[in-house]
Amino acid sequence: MLLYALLIALALVCAIQAIRAERLLTSALWLAGVSAALSIVFYMMGAYTVAVIELSVGAGLVTVLFVFAINIAGEDLSFPPPLVPKPLAWALVIAAVGLLGWSALPQSAAEVPAQESTFAAVLWGKRGLDVLVQIVLIFAGVLGLLGLLAETKAPLDQSVAQEVIARREDELAALQKRVVERERELV
Amino acid sequence: MSFSTANIGTIGVVGLLGVGLYCLLITRNLIKLVVALQIMVKAAVLGLVAAGSVSGQVQLSQSLAVTVIVADTVVAVIGLALAVQVRRQLGTLDVGDLSQLRG
Repeated sequence: MLLYALLIALALVCAIQAIRAERLLTSALWLAGVSAALSIVFYMMGAYTVAVIELSVGAGLVTVLFVFAINIAGEDLSFPPPLVPKPLAWALVIAAVGLLGWSALPQSAAEVPAQESTFAAVLWGKRGLDVLVQIVLIFAGVLGLLGLLAETKAPLDQSVAQEVIARREDELAALQKRVVERERELV
Repeated sequence: MSFSTANIGTIGVVGLLGVGLYCLLITRNLIKLVVALQIMVKAAVLGLVAAGSVSGQVQLSQSLAVTVIVADTVVAVIGLALAVQVRRQLGTLDVGDLSQLRG
């Protein structure tokens, strides 16, 4: 019981540090800490598969994605004050948390029925549609990513345009010079 | 209120949701927004698994949690790609500056 409380507290501390961190990279690493602490909690609750997935996807893949994105986008440290004033944000959060805690706590310990079949049987048997939805989601995600990261067709390159203008001016100057020479010959 | 597993799990869910909501409200950084979203989804997954563990339906809660994790990862990928594109096009990660997208 104490271990549960300690791990949940660790996850909360990591989450608070993640939103307090000045640098985005630090924030992403604290987020990985939240994932790691929660995956141990999941393991202790008997959800072994979710624990492994959370540790590998939440603490691994997503962190790598964050580091990658922060490297490309760069750190942007100077920000003006938030759009929502802080006291209002605090009031909203306290109201939301209070309502949620009031409706969800305390939990009565339900009687535990017999454990059902294996994870694979439930996932493929009862929740087969979910798997289909996941496949569609991943497909849509990949397509969206390709669409977003595709290089947009650049407008006419400035240097090329200027080069063309310079060439045209040269040709015009040569033409005028020839006209002047022809006039001199005629005179 | 006794400190059972269910109660501790629920406290964790409520706390994580509160932290995520606060960050979602006050931050102006696009990448930080994705971090806040991740924290809130982790709270949702914790809630699913804790509920399954208390009611003895761990396998069902696991299959639901896997779906949530997949959807959350796709959302994170798309959100980060959007942030990178906004940074490339507008040169900033500030949500306030996106108002120039108004027609």
